[in-house]
Amino acid sequence: MHFNPRQFMRNIPLHLMILPALLLIIIFSYIPMAGLVIAFQDFSPISGFRDMTWTGLENFRYLFDLPGFRQVVWNTVIISVLKIIAGLTIPVIAALLLNEVRANGFKRSIQTIIYMPHFFSWVILGGIIVDVLSPSSGIVNMLLKSLGIQPIQFLADNNWFRYVLVITDQWKEFGFGTIIYLAALTSIDQSLYEASIIDGAGRWKQTWHITLPGIRPIMILMLTLSLGNVLNGGFDQVFNLYNPLVYESGDILDTMIYRIGLQEAQYSVSTALGLIKSVVSFVFIGLGYYLAYRFAKYRIF
Amino acid sequence: MHHTSSAYRWFLRFNYVILTVIALLCLFPIVNILAISFSSSAAVNAGSVTLWPVDFTLSSYRYMLENNQFIHSFGTSLLRVVLGVSVNLLFTILVAYPLSKEAATFRSRTAYAWIFVFTMLFGGGLIPGYLVVKEMGLLDSVWALVLPGAVPIFNVLLMLNFFRGLPKELEEAAWMDGAGHLRTLWSVYLPVSLPSIATVTLFSLVGHWNAWFDGMIYMRSPEHYPLATYLQSILQQVSVQNENVTFEQAALLNEISDRTTQASQIFLSILPILAIYPFLQRYFVHGLVVGSVKG
Repeated sequence: MHFNPRQFMRNIPLHLMILPALLLIIIFSYIPMAGLVIAFQDFSPISGFRDMTWTGLENFRYLFDLPGFRQVVWNTVIISVLKIIAGLTIPVIAALLLNEVRANGFKRSIQTIIYMPHFFSWVILGGIIVDVLSPSSGIVNMLLKSLGIQPIQFLADNNWFRYVLVITDQWKEFGFGTIIYLAALTSIDQSLYEASIIDGAGRWKQTWHITLPGIRPIMILMLTLSLGNVLNGGFDQVFNLYNPLVYESGDILDTMIYRIGLQEAQYSVSTALGLIKSVVSFVFIGLGYYLAYRFAKYRIF
Repeated sequence: MHHTSSAYRWFLRFNYVILTVIALLCLFPIVNILAISFSSSAAVNAGSVTLWPVDFTLSSYRYMLENNQFIHSFGTSLLRVVLGVSVNLLFTILVAYPLSKEAATFRSRTAYAWIFVFTMLFGGGLIPGYLVVKEMGLLDSVWALVLPGAVPIFNVLLMLNFFRGLPKELEEAAWMDGAGHLRTLWSVYLPVSLPSIATVTLFSLVGHWNAWFDGMIYMRSPEHYPLATYLQSILQQVSVQNENVTFEQAALLNEISDRTTQASQIFLSILPILAIYPFLQRYFVHGLVVGSVKG
Protein backbone atom coordinates (compact mmCIF):
# COMPACT_ATOMS: atom_id res chain seq x y z
CA MET A 1 0.00 0.00 0.00
CA HIS A 2 1.32 3.43 -0.85
CA PHE A 3 0.94 6.60 1.15
CA ASN A 4 -2.36 8.34 0.64
CA PRO A 5 -2.33 11.94 1.96
CA ARG A 6 -6.10 12.37 1.85
CA GLN A 7 -6.70 9.22 3.81
CA PHE A 8 -3.99 10.25 6.27
CA MET A 9 -5.65 13.62 6.92
CA ARG A 10 -9.02 11.96 7.31
CA ASN A 11 -7.66 9.48 9.83
CA ILE A 12 -5.98 12.01 12.14
CA PRO A 13 -9.06 12.16 14.42
CA LEU A 14 -8.93 8.36 14.73
CA HIS A 15 -5.35 8.51 16.04
CA LEU A 16 -6.33 11.29 18.44
CA MET A 17 -9.21 9.21 19.80
CA ILE A 18 -6.82 6.37 20.61
CA LEU A 19 -4.03 8.50 22.01
CA PRO A 20 -5.22 9.05 25.62
CA ALA A 21 -6.03 5.36 26.08
CA LEU A 22 -2.71 4.44 24.53
CA LEU A 23 -0.85 6.61 27.05
CA LEU A 24 -2.76 5.03 29.91
CA ILE A 25 -1.98 1.47 28.90
CA ILE A 26 1.66 2.39 28.31
CA ILE A 27 1.85 3.74 31.85
CA PHE A 28 -0.18 1.07 33.63
CA SER A 29 0.49 -2.01 31.48
CA TYR A 30 3.70 -1.62 29.48
CA ILE A 31 5.86 0.15 32.06
CA PRO A 32 5.09 -2.63 34.60
CA MET A 33 6.19 -5.13 31.94
CA ALA A 34 9.50 -3.28 31.73
CA GLY A 35 9.53 -3.34 35.52
CA LEU A 36 9.88 -7.12 35.33
CA VAL A 37 13.66 -6.50 35.17
CA ILE A 38 13.67 -6.25 38.96
CA ALA A 39 13.28 -10.03 38.91
CA PHE A 40 16.97 -10.10 37.96
CA GLN A 41 18.03 -7.53 40.53
CA ASP A 42 18.19 -7.07 44.25
CA PHE A 43 15.57 -4.35 44.42
CA SER A 44 14.78 -2.79 47.74
CA PRO A 45 11.84 -0.46 48.30
CA ILE A 46 14.02 1.89 50.35
CA SER A 47 16.90 2.55 47.99
CA GLY A 48 14.54 2.47 45.02
CA PHE A 49 15.59 2.28 41.40
CA ARG A 50 18.78 4.26 41.88
CA ASP A 51 21.26 1.71 43.14
CA MET A 52 20.28 -1.62 41.81
CA THR A 53 22.56 -4.59 41.82
CA TRP A 54 22.15 -7.17 39.12
CA THR A 55 21.93 -10.62 40.60
CA GLY A 56 21.28 -12.70 37.49
CA LEU A 57 19.18 -15.72 38.28
CA GLU A 58 19.77 -15.54 42.04
CA ASN A 59 16.08 -14.81 42.83
CA PHE A 60 14.95 -17.78 40.75
CA ARG A 61 17.45 -20.07 42.48
CA TYR A 62 16.21 -18.81 45.84
CA LEU A 63 12.62 -19.59 44.80
CA PHE A 64 13.36 -23.09 43.58
CA ASP A 65 15.11 -23.80 46.89
CA LEU A 66 12.14 -22.66 48.99
CA PRO A 67 10.80 -25.74 50.77
CA GLY A 68 7.19 -25.27 49.69
CA PHE A 69 7.79 -24.16 46.11
CA ARG A 70 7.06 -27.43 44.29
CA GLN A 71 4.00 -27.98 46.42
CA VAL A 72 2.62 -24.54 45.49
CA VAL A 73 3.13 -25.19 41.77
CA TRP A 74 1.44 -28.57 42.11
CA ASN A 75 -1.46 -27.09 44.13
CA THR A 76 -1.98 -24.43 41.50
CA VAL A 77 -2.06 -26.88 38.62
CA ILE A 78 -4.25 -29.47 40.33
CA ILE A 79 -6.77 -26.89 41.58
CA SER A 80 -6.93 -25.23 38.15
CA VAL A 81 -7.31 -28.51 36.29
CA LEU A 82 -10.04 -29.73 38.65
CA LYS A 83 -11.86 -26.43 38.16
CA ILE A 84 -11.52 -26.61 34.38
CA ILE A 85 -12.91 -30.16 34.32
CA ALA A 86 -15.82 -29.24 36.62
CA GLY A 87 -16.45 -26.12 34.56
CA LEU A 88 -16.73 -28.16 31.36
CA THR A 89 -19.13 -30.79 32.72
CA ILE A 90 -21.46 -29.35 35.35
CA PRO A 91 -22.74 -26.40 33.27
CA VAL A 92 -23.35 -28.74 30.32
CA ILE A 93 -25.39 -31.13 32.46
CA ALA A 94 -27.34 -28.24 33.99
CA ALA A 95 -28.02 -26.80 30.52
CA LEU A 96 -29.25 -30.18 29.27
CA LEU A 97 -31.61 -30.49 32.24
CA LEU A 98 -32.89 -26.94 31.76
CA ASN A 99 -33.38 -27.63 28.08
CA GLU A 100 -35.87 -30.40 28.87
CA VAL A 101 -38.11 -28.02 30.82
CA ARG A 102 -41.13 -26.95 28.81
CA ALA A 103 -42.74 -24.64 31.37
CA ASN A 104 -41.16 -21.30 30.51
CA GLY A 105 -41.96 -19.55 33.78
CA PHE A 106 -40.28 -22.29 35.79
CA LYS A 107 -37.27 -22.34 33.49
CA ARG A 108 -36.79 -18.57 33.72
CA SER A 109 -37.09 -18.56 37.52
CA ILE A 110 -34.43 -21.24 37.81
CA GLN A 111 -32.13 -19.32 35.45
CA THR A 112 -32.61 -16.09 37.38
CA ILE A 113 -31.61 -17.81 40.62
CA ILE A 114 -28.63 -19.82 39.37
CA TYR A 115 -27.05 -16.86 37.51
CA MET A 116 -27.08 -14.74 40.66
CA PRO A 117 -24.00 -15.97 42.60
CA HIS A 118 -21.84 -14.99 39.61
CA PHE A 119 -22.40 -11.33 40.43
CA PHE A 120 -21.27 -11.52 44.03
CA SER A 121 -17.60 -11.08 44.87
CA TRP A 122 -15.50 -13.73 46.59
CA VAL A 123 -15.28 -11.44 49.58
CA ILE A 124 -19.02 -11.78 50.12
CA LEU A 125 -19.22 -15.43 49.15
CA GLY A 126 -16.12 -16.19 51.23
CA GLY A 127 -17.85 -14.69 54.27
CA ILE A 128 -20.98 -16.71 53.57
CA ILE A 129 -19.06 -19.96 52.97
CA VAL A 130 -17.02 -19.60 56.16
CA ASP A 131 -20.31 -19.15 57.99
CA VAL A 132 -22.09 -22.07 56.32
CA LEU A 133 -19.13 -24.46 56.78
CA SER A 134 -18.32 -23.47 60.37
CA PRO A 135 -17.64 -26.66 62.41
CA SER A 136 -19.47 -25.33 65.46
CA SER A 137 -22.50 -23.47 64.14
CA GLY A 138 -22.52 -23.81 60.35
CA ILE A 139 -25.58 -25.35 58.76
CA VAL A 140 -23.65 -28.06 56.89
CA ASN A 141 -22.05 -29.46 60.01
CA MET A 142 -25.36 -29.21 61.91
CA LEU A 143 -26.83 -31.40 59.22
CA LEU A 144 -23.95 -33.87 59.44
CA LYS A 145 -24.30 -33.93 63.21
CA SER A 146 -27.97 -34.81 62.96
CA LEU A 147 -26.93 -37.73 60.76
CA GLY A 148 -24.47 -38.82 63.43
CA ILE A 149 -21.34 -37.68 61.55
CA GLN A 150 -18.50 -35.90 63.35
CA PRO A 151 -18.12 -32.21 62.38
CA ILE A 152 -15.68 -31.67 59.50
CA GLN A 153 -13.21 -28.76 59.45
CA PHE A 154 -13.78 -28.11 55.75
CA LEU A 155 -11.60 -25.00 55.67
CA ALA A 156 -8.85 -26.29 57.93
CA ASP A 157 -8.42 -29.84 56.66
CA ASN A 158 -5.99 -30.50 53.83
CA ASN A 159 -8.04 -33.51 52.69
CA TRP A 160 -11.04 -31.31 52.08
CA PHE A 161 -9.82 -27.85 51.16
CA ARG A 162 -9.24 -28.38 47.41
CA TYR A 163 -12.67 -29.94 46.99
CA VAL A 164 -14.23 -27.05 48.88
CA LEU A 165 -12.51 -24.72 46.38
CA VAL A 166 -13.74 -26.64 43.33
CA ILE A 167 -17.27 -27.11 44.62
CA THR A 168 -17.76 -23.53 45.79
CA ASP A 169 -16.28 -22.29 42.51
CA GLN A 170 -18.89 -24.29 40.63
CA TRP A 171 -21.59 -23.14 43.02
CA LYS A 172 -20.73 -19.55 42.04
CA GLU A 173 -20.18 -20.05 38.32
CA PHE A 174 -22.04 -23.11 36.99
CA GLY A 175 -25.31 -21.23 36.45
CA PHE A 176 -23.63 -18.52 34.47
CA GLY A 177 -21.74 -21.20 32.56
CA THR A 178 -25.02 -22.67 31.31
CA ILE A 179 -25.82 -19.50 29.32
CA ILE A 180 -23.44 -20.27 26.50
CA TYR A 181 -24.58 -23.90 26.23
CA LEU A 182 -28.27 -22.94 26.32
CA ALA A 183 -27.59 -20.57 23.43
CA ALA A 184 -25.85 -23.38 21.54
CA LEU A 185 -28.76 -25.76 22.24
CA THR A 186 -31.32 -23.42 20.70
CA SER A 187 -29.29 -23.27 17.50
CA ILE A 188 -29.48 -27.03 16.86
CA ASP A 189 -31.50 -27.80 13.75
CA GLN A 190 -34.96 -28.89 14.95
CA SER A 191 -35.60 -31.02 11.85
CA LEU A 192 -32.95 -33.46 13.11
CA TYR A 193 -35.16 -34.22 16.11
CA GLU A 194 -38.27 -34.61 13.97
CA ALA A 195 -36.46 -37.03 11.69
CA SER A 196 -35.20 -39.05 14.64
CA ILE A 197 -38.72 -39.37 16.08
CA ILE A 198 -39.86 -40.88 12.80
CA ASP A 199 -36.96 -43.30 13.13
CA GLY A 200 -38.30 -44.18 16.58
CA ALA A 201 -35.48 -42.68 18.63
CA GLY A 202 -36.24 -41.99 22.30
CA ARG A 203 -35.30 -38.88 24.20
CA TRP A 204 -32.07 -40.42 25.50
CA LYS A 205 -30.95 -41.46 22.03
CA GLN A 206 -31.74 -37.98 20.72
CA THR A 207 -29.61 -36.43 23.44
CA TRP A 208 -26.72 -38.75 22.70
CA HIS A 209 -26.80 -38.57 18.91
CA ILE A 210 -28.11 -35.07 18.19
CA THR A 211 -27.88 -32.75 21.20
CA LEU A 212 -24.39 -33.57 22.42
CA PRO A 213 -22.77 -33.55 18.97
CA GLY A 214 -24.62 -30.26 18.38
CA ILE A 215 -22.89 -28.52 21.29
CA ARG A 216 -19.53 -30.25 20.86
CA PRO A 217 -17.92 -27.35 18.93
CA ILE A 218 -18.73 -24.89 21.72
CA MET A 219 -17.43 -27.35 24.33
CA ILE A 220 -14.15 -27.66 22.44
CA LEU A 221 -13.95 -23.87 22.21
CA MET A 222 -14.48 -23.50 25.96
CA LEU A 223 -11.82 -26.14 26.64
CA THR A 224 -9.21 -24.46 24.45
CA LEU A 225 -9.91 -21.03 25.92
CA SER A 226 -9.67 -22.35 29.47
CA LEU A 227 -6.10 -23.56 28.82
CA GLY A 228 -4.86 -20.09 29.72
CA ASN A 229 -6.12 -20.64 33.27
CA VAL A 230 -3.87 -23.56 34.22
CA LEU A 231 -1.77 -21.37 36.49
CA ASN A 232 -4.59 -19.19 37.78
CA GLY A 233 -6.17 -21.26 40.52
CA GLY A 234 -8.40 -18.32 41.46
CA PHE A 235 -6.66 -15.78 43.70
CA ASP A 236 -9.80 -14.03 44.98
CA GLN A 237 -11.40 -17.26 46.08
CA VAL A 238 -8.33 -18.85 47.67
CA PHE A 239 -7.30 -15.66 49.43
CA ASN A 240 -10.71 -15.26 51.04
CA LEU A 241 -11.00 -18.89 52.13
CA TYR A 242 -7.52 -20.10 53.06
CA ASN A 243 -5.47 -19.94 56.25
CA PRO A 244 -2.03 -21.27 57.25
CA LEU A 245 -3.51 -24.66 58.20
CA VAL A 246 -4.33 -25.40 54.56
CA TYR A 247 -1.30 -23.85 52.83
CA GLU A 248 -0.14 -27.40 52.17
CA SER A 249 -3.09 -28.14 49.88
CA GLY A 250 -4.40 -24.71 48.97
CA ASP A 251 -1.54 -22.23 48.62
CA ILE A 252 -1.26 -21.20 44.95
CA LEU A 253 1.20 -19.13 42.92
CA ASP A 254 -0.79 -15.91 43.17
CA THR A 255 -1.23 -16.07 46.93
CA MET A 256 2.48 -16.86 47.29
CA ILE A 257 3.38 -13.91 45.02
CA TYR A 258 1.26 -11.69 47.25
CA ARG A 259 2.73 -12.90 50.52
CA ILE A 260 6.36 -12.74 49.38
CA GLY A 261 5.86 -9.40 47.69
CA LEU A 262 3.63 -7.28 49.86
CA GLN A 263 3.72 -8.98 53.25
CA GLU A 264 7.43 -9.84 53.32
CA ALA A 265 8.40 -6.94 51.01
CA GLN A 266 10.77 -9.12 48.97
CA TYR A 267 9.92 -7.26 45.76
CA SER A 268 12.45 -8.95 43.52
CA VAL A 269 11.69 -12.52 44.57
CA SER A 270 7.96 -11.93 44.22
CA THR A 271 8.47 -10.41 40.76
CA ALA A 272 10.61 -13.38 39.71
CA LEU A 273 7.77 -15.71 40.63
CA GLY A 274 5.29 -13.43 38.85
CA LEU A 275 7.49 -13.50 35.76
CA ILE A 276 7.55 -17.30 35.69
CA LYS A 277 3.78 -17.36 36.00
CA SER A 278 3.23 -14.70 33.32
CA VAL A 279 5.51 -16.40 30.82
CA VAL A 280 4.06 -19.88 31.27
CA SER A 281 0.50 -18.51 31.22
CA PHE A 282 1.28 -16.55 28.07
CA VAL A 283 2.38 -19.76 26.33
CA PHE A 284 -0.82 -21.52 27.39
CA ILE A 285 -3.09 -18.61 26.42
CA GLY A 286 -1.36 -18.42 23.05
CA LEU A 287 -1.74 -22.15 22.55
CA GLY A 288 -5.40 -21.93 23.58
CA TYR A 289 -6.17 -19.16 21.10
CA TYR A 290 -4.26 -20.98 18.37
CA LEU A 291 -6.23 -24.18 18.92
CA ALA A 292 -9.49 -22.24 19.17
CA TYR A 293 -8.65 -20.62 15.84
CA ARG A 294 -7.71 -23.94 14.24
CA PHE A 295 -10.68 -25.95 15.45
CA ALA A 296 -13.46 -23.43 15.95
CA LYS A 297 -12.49 -20.57 13.61
CA TYR A 298 -12.40 -18.38 16.67
CA ARG A 299 -10.83 -14.92 16.49
CA ILE A 300 -10.20 -12.38 19.22
CA PHE A 301 -10.93 -9.35 17.08
CA MET B 1 -40.56 -33.58 19.50
CA HIS B 2 -42.43 -34.55 22.65
CA HIS B 3 -41.75 -38.11 23.48
CA THR B 4 -44.13 -39.27 26.13
CA SER B 5 -43.01 -42.70 27.19
CA SER B 6 -43.66 -43.27 30.86
CA ALA B 7 -39.92 -43.41 31.55
CA TYR B 8 -39.57 -39.93 30.06
CA ARG B 9 -42.47 -38.63 32.12
CA TRP B 10 -40.73 -39.92 35.24
CA PHE B 11 -37.55 -38.24 34.11
CA LEU B 12 -39.40 -34.93 33.68
CA ARG B 13 -40.78 -35.08 37.23
CA PHE B 14 -37.35 -35.94 38.58
CA ASN B 15 -35.89 -33.08 36.50
CA TYR B 16 -38.24 -30.51 38.07
CA VAL B 17 -37.31 -31.72 41.53
CA ILE B 18 -33.56 -31.68 40.94
CA LEU B 19 -33.59 -28.23 39.30
CA THR B 20 -35.60 -26.87 42.20
CA VAL B 21 -33.13 -28.32 44.69
CA ILE B 22 -30.18 -26.84 42.76
CA ALA B 23 -31.81 -23.41 42.66
CA LEU B 24 -32.53 -23.57 46.38
CA LEU B 25 -28.87 -24.41 47.03
CA CYS B 26 -27.90 -21.24 45.17
CA LEU B 27 -30.44 -19.15 47.02
CA PHE B 28 -30.05 -20.64 50.47
CA PRO B 29 -26.84 -18.95 51.68
CA ILE B 30 -28.19 -15.53 50.79
CA VAL B 31 -31.47 -16.12 52.59
CA ASN B 32 -29.50 -17.56 55.51
CA ILE B 33 -27.36 -14.41 55.76
CA LEU B 34 -30.45 -12.22 55.59
CA ALA B 35 -32.12 -14.23 58.38
CA ILE B 36 -28.98 -14.06 60.55
CA SER B 37 -28.74 -10.29 60.11
CA PHE B 38 -32.23 -9.83 61.59
CA SER B 39 -31.77 -12.30 64.45
CA SER B 40 -30.44 -11.89 67.95
CA SER B 41 -26.89 -13.05 68.51
CA ALA B 42 -28.03 -15.57 71.12
CA ALA B 43 -30.23 -17.31 68.59
CA VAL B 44 -27.47 -17.21 65.96
CA ASN B 45 -24.85 -18.65 68.30
CA ALA B 46 -27.25 -21.38 69.37
CA GLY B 47 -27.46 -22.31 65.69
CA SER B 48 -31.24 -21.98 65.55
CA VAL B 49 -31.36 -19.56 62.58
CA THR B 50 -31.72 -21.04 59.13
CA LEU B 51 -34.20 -19.38 56.78
CA TRP B 52 -36.23 -17.14 59.06
CA PRO B 53 -35.07 -14.61 61.68
CA VAL B 54 -35.28 -15.79 65.30
CA ASP B 55 -35.92 -13.10 67.98
CA PHE B 56 -36.32 -10.49 65.26
CA THR B 57 -34.17 -7.42 65.90
CA LEU B 58 -32.79 -4.50 63.92
CA SER B 59 -29.90 -3.93 66.30
CA SER B 60 -27.18 -5.07 63.93
CA TYR B 61 -28.44 -2.62 61.33
CA ARG B 62 -28.73 0.12 63.93
CA TYR B 63 -25.18 -0.55 65.02
CA MET B 64 -23.96 -0.49 61.46
CA LEU B 65 -25.56 2.84 60.67
CA GLU B 66 -23.66 4.27 63.62
CA ASN B 67 -20.50 2.72 62.26
CA ASN B 68 -18.75 5.57 60.49
CA GLN B 69 -16.29 3.32 58.72
CA PHE B 70 -19.06 1.42 56.98
CA ILE B 71 -20.77 4.58 55.77
CA HIS B 72 -17.49 6.16 54.75
CA SER B 73 -16.47 3.07 52.76
CA PHE B 74 -19.89 2.94 51.15
CA GLY B 75 -19.30 6.52 50.00
CA THR B 76 -15.83 5.68 48.68
CA SER B 77 -17.30 2.81 46.71
CA LEU B 78 -20.00 5.02 45.22
CA LEU B 79 -17.39 7.59 44.18
CA ARG B 80 -15.19 4.90 42.68
CA VAL B 81 -18.13 3.45 40.74
CA VAL B 82 -19.16 6.83 39.33
CA LEU B 83 -15.61 7.81 38.32
CA GLY B 84 -14.55 4.33 37.25
CA VAL B 85 -17.59 3.58 35.11
CA SER B 86 -17.47 7.00 33.38
CA VAL B 87 -13.78 6.66 32.61
CA ASN B 88 -14.21 3.06 31.42
CA LEU B 89 -17.11 3.99 29.17
CA LEU B 90 -15.32 6.98 27.67
CA PHE B 91 -12.22 4.96 26.75
CA THR B 92 -14.21 1.95 25.60
CA ILE B 93 -16.05 4.03 23.02
CA LEU B 94 -13.09 6.18 22.01
CA VAL B 95 -10.91 3.12 21.35
CA ALA B 96 -13.55 0.80 19.91
CA TYR B 97 -14.62 3.23 17.18
CA PRO B 98 -11.26 3.61 15.41
CA LEU B 99 -10.44 -0.07 15.85
CA SER B 100 -13.72 -1.05 14.23
CA LYS B 101 -12.57 0.51 10.92
CA GLU B 102 -11.35 -1.71 8.13
CA ALA B 103 -7.57 -1.98 7.79
CA ALA B 104 -8.02 -0.71 4.21
CA THR B 105 -9.28 2.67 5.39
CA PHE B 106 -7.37 2.89 8.70
CA ARG B 107 -4.04 1.18 8.23
CA SER B 108 -2.73 1.45 11.79
CA ARG B 109 -5.79 -0.31 13.10
CA THR B 110 -4.28 -3.80 13.36
CA ALA B 111 -1.11 -2.58 15.06
CA TYR B 112 -3.13 -0.60 17.61
CA ALA B 113 -5.43 -3.56 18.20
CA TRP B 114 -2.48 -5.82 19.00
CA ILE B 115 -0.94 -3.25 21.34
CA PHE B 116 -4.18 -3.24 23.34
CA VAL B 117 -4.92 -6.97 23.16
CA PHE B 118 -1.39 -7.91 24.20
CA THR B 119 -2.05 -6.42 27.65
CA MET B 120 -4.74 -9.08 28.09
CA LEU B 121 -2.29 -11.86 27.37
CA PHE B 122 0.74 -10.72 29.33
CA GLY B 123 1.37 -8.41 32.24
CA GLY B 124 4.00 -7.11 34.61
CA GLY B 125 2.29 -8.65 37.59
CA LEU B 126 1.74 -7.52 41.13
CA ILE B 127 4.89 -5.72 42.27
CA PRO B 128 5.79 -3.80 39.07
CA GLY B 129 2.17 -2.63 38.82
CA TYR B 130 2.19 -1.59 42.45
CA LEU B 131 5.45 0.31 42.03
CA VAL B 132 4.07 2.30 39.09
CA VAL B 133 0.99 3.35 41.06
CA LYS B 134 3.20 4.25 44.00
CA GLU B 135 5.73 6.22 41.91
CA MET B 136 2.88 8.21 40.38
CA GLY B 137 1.85 9.29 43.87
CA LEU B 138 -1.56 7.68 43.58
CA LEU B 139 -1.50 5.71 46.86
CA ASP B 140 -4.47 6.58 49.09
CA SER B 141 -6.21 8.30 46.17
CA VAL B 142 -9.40 7.09 44.53
CA TRP B 143 -7.61 7.44 41.19
CA ALA B 144 -5.47 4.43 42.11
CA LEU B 145 -8.68 2.43 41.84
CA VAL B 146 -9.74 4.03 38.56
CA LEU B 147 -6.71 4.71 36.36
CA PRO B 148 -4.85 1.35 36.25
CA GLY B 149 -7.92 -0.29 34.75
CA ALA B 150 -9.14 2.77 32.88
CA VAL B 151 -9.10 1.06 29.48
CA PRO B 152 -11.09 -2.18 29.78
CA ILE B 153 -9.74 -4.04 26.76
CA PHE B 154 -12.33 -6.71 27.00
CA ASN B 155 -15.21 -4.19 26.84
CA VAL B 156 -13.40 -2.54 23.94
CA LEU B 157 -13.47 -5.85 22.03
CA LEU B 158 -17.15 -6.26 22.75
CA MET B 159 -17.94 -2.75 21.56
CA LEU B 160 -15.73 -2.94 18.47
CA ASN B 161 -17.36 -6.18 17.36
CA PHE B 162 -20.72 -4.51 17.75
CA PHE B 163 -19.63 -1.45 15.76
CA ARG B 164 -18.31 -3.72 13.03
CA GLY B 165 -21.70 -5.40 12.74
CA LEU B 166 -23.41 -2.09 11.92
CA PRO B 167 -24.33 -1.55 8.27
CA LYS B 168 -21.69 0.34 6.29
CA GLU B 169 -24.40 2.58 4.81
CA LEU B 170 -24.82 4.33 8.17
CA GLU B 171 -21.30 5.65 8.10
CA GLU B 172 -21.35 6.46 4.38
CA ALA B 173 -24.57 8.45 4.76
CA ALA B 174 -23.04 10.43 7.63
CA TRP B 175 -19.96 11.21 5.54
CA MET B 176 -22.17 12.38 2.65
CA ASP B 177 -23.80 14.80 5.05
CA GLY B 178 -20.35 16.18 5.82
CA ALA B 179 -20.02 14.70 9.30
CA GLY B 180 -16.51 13.93 10.56
CA HIS B 181 -15.46 10.97 12.70
CA LEU B 182 -16.47 12.48 16.04
CA ARG B 183 -19.85 13.55 14.75
CA THR B 184 -20.44 10.14 13.12
CA LEU B 185 -19.55 8.39 16.34
CA TRP B 186 -21.70 10.65 18.48
CA SER B 187 -24.86 11.01 16.42
CA VAL B 188 -24.87 7.90 14.24
CA TYR B 189 -23.06 5.08 16.05
CA LEU B 190 -23.91 5.76 19.69
CA PRO B 191 -27.70 6.08 19.36
CA VAL B 192 -27.93 2.62 17.78
CA SER B 193 -25.46 1.06 20.23
CA LEU B 194 -27.41 1.54 23.44
CA PRO B 195 -27.79 -2.19 24.23
CA SER B 196 -24.03 -2.72 23.92
CA ILE B 197 -23.34 0.40 25.95
CA ALA B 198 -25.66 -0.94 28.65
CA THR B 199 -23.75 -4.23 28.62
CA VAL B 200 -20.29 -2.72 29.04
CA THR B 201 -21.60 -0.24 31.63
CA LEU B 202 -22.97 -3.06 33.74
CA PHE B 203 -19.75 -5.06 33.33
CA SER B 204 -17.64 -2.23 34.69
CA LEU B 205 -20.21 -1.28 37.33
CA VAL B 206 -20.21 -4.76 38.86
CA GLY B 207 -16.43 -4.97 38.49
CA HIS B 208 -15.85 -1.70 40.35
CA TRP B 209 -18.39 -2.42 43.06
CA ASN B 210 -16.92 -5.87 43.78
CA ALA B 211 -13.22 -5.00 43.43
CA TRP B 212 -11.41 -5.27 46.77
CA PHE B 213 -7.80 -6.23 46.11
CA ASP B 214 -6.67 -2.91 44.64
CA GLY B 215 -8.20 -1.11 47.62
CA MET B 216 -6.26 -3.37 49.95
CA ILE B 217 -2.86 -2.74 48.35
CA TYR B 218 -3.19 0.89 47.23
CA MET B 219 -4.89 2.33 50.32
CA ARG B 220 -2.47 2.56 53.19
CA SER B 221 -5.02 3.35 55.87
CA PRO B 222 -8.40 1.65 56.27
CA GLU B 223 -10.26 4.96 56.24
CA HIS B 224 -9.71 5.10 52.47
CA TYR B 225 -10.97 1.57 51.86
CA PRO B 226 -13.84 1.07 49.43
CA LEU B 227 -16.67 -1.06 50.79
CA ALA B 228 -15.51 -4.39 49.34
CA THR B 229 -12.05 -3.94 50.84
CA TYR B 230 -13.46 -2.88 54.20
CA LEU B 231 -15.71 -5.97 54.23
CA GLN B 232 -12.77 -8.15 53.31
CA SER B 233 -10.80 -6.76 56.22
CA ILE B 234 -13.54 -7.36 58.80
CA LEU B 235 -14.43 -10.81 57.49
CA GLN B 236 -10.79 -11.90 57.65
CA GLN B 237 -10.26 -10.61 61.15
CA VAL B 238 -11.55 -12.52 64.11
CA SER B 239 -12.15 -9.45 66.18
CA VAL B 240 -13.81 -6.58 64.40
CA GLN B 241 -13.81 -3.70 66.77
CA ASN B 242 -11.32 -0.97 67.35
CA GLU B 243 -10.89 0.49 70.82
CA ASN B 244 -12.79 3.72 70.34
CA VAL B 245 -16.32 2.55 70.97
CA THR B 246 -18.73 4.73 72.90
CA PHE B 247 -20.71 3.40 75.81
CA GLU B 248 -23.88 3.08 73.73
CA GLN B 249 -22.04 1.23 71.03
CA ALA B 250 -20.57 -1.12 73.62
CA ALA B 251 -24.07 -1.83 74.89
CA LEU B 252 -25.20 -2.54 71.36
CA LEU B 253 -22.21 -4.79 70.85
CA ASN B 254 -23.36 -6.94 73.73
CA GLU B 255 -26.63 -7.44 71.97
CA ILE B 256 -25.11 -8.44 68.68
CA SER B 257 -22.44 -10.92 67.83
CA ASP B 258 -19.88 -10.50 65.10
CA ARG B 259 -21.88 -12.87 62.96
CA THR B 260 -24.98 -10.73 62.95
CA THR B 261 -23.07 -7.51 62.18
CA GLN B 262 -21.12 -9.26 59.47
CA ALA B 263 -24.31 -10.65 58.00
CA SER B 264 -25.99 -7.26 57.92
CA GLN B 265 -22.96 -5.67 56.26
CA ILE B 266 -22.76 -8.46 53.72
CA PHE B 267 -26.41 -8.01 52.95
CA LEU B 268 -26.26 -4.23 52.58
CA SER B 269 -23.24 -4.52 50.30
CA ILE B 270 -25.00 -6.86 47.89
CA LEU B 271 -28.19 -4.80 47.93
CA PRO B 272 -27.10 -2.50 45.06
CA ILE B 273 -26.23 -5.56 42.95
CA LEU B 274 -29.61 -7.11 43.72
CA ALA B 275 -31.32 -3.83 42.80
CA ILE B 276 -29.85 -3.78 39.29
CA TYR B 277 -29.99 -7.56 38.90
CA PRO B 278 -32.90 -7.63 36.40
CA PHE B 279 -30.83 -5.46 34.01
CA LEU B 280 -27.69 -7.40 34.72
CA GLN B 281 -29.25 -10.67 33.77
CA ARG B 282 -30.57 -9.38 30.47
CA TYR B 283 -27.47 -7.57 29.25
CA PHE B 284 -24.76 -9.87 30.54
CA VAL B 285 -26.11 -12.67 28.40
CA HIS B 286 -25.43 -10.48 25.33
CA GLY B 287 -21.82 -9.95 26.24
CA LEU B 288 -21.05 -13.49 27.21
CA VAL B 289 -19.80 -14.90 23.95
CA VAL B 290 -17.14 -12.23 23.81
CA GLY B 291 -16.78 -12.74 27.56
CA SER B 292 -15.21 -16.11 27.02
CA VAL B 293 -12.17 -14.37 25.49
CA LYS B 294 -10.89 -13.22 28.88
CA GLY B 295 -7.67 -15.03 29.67
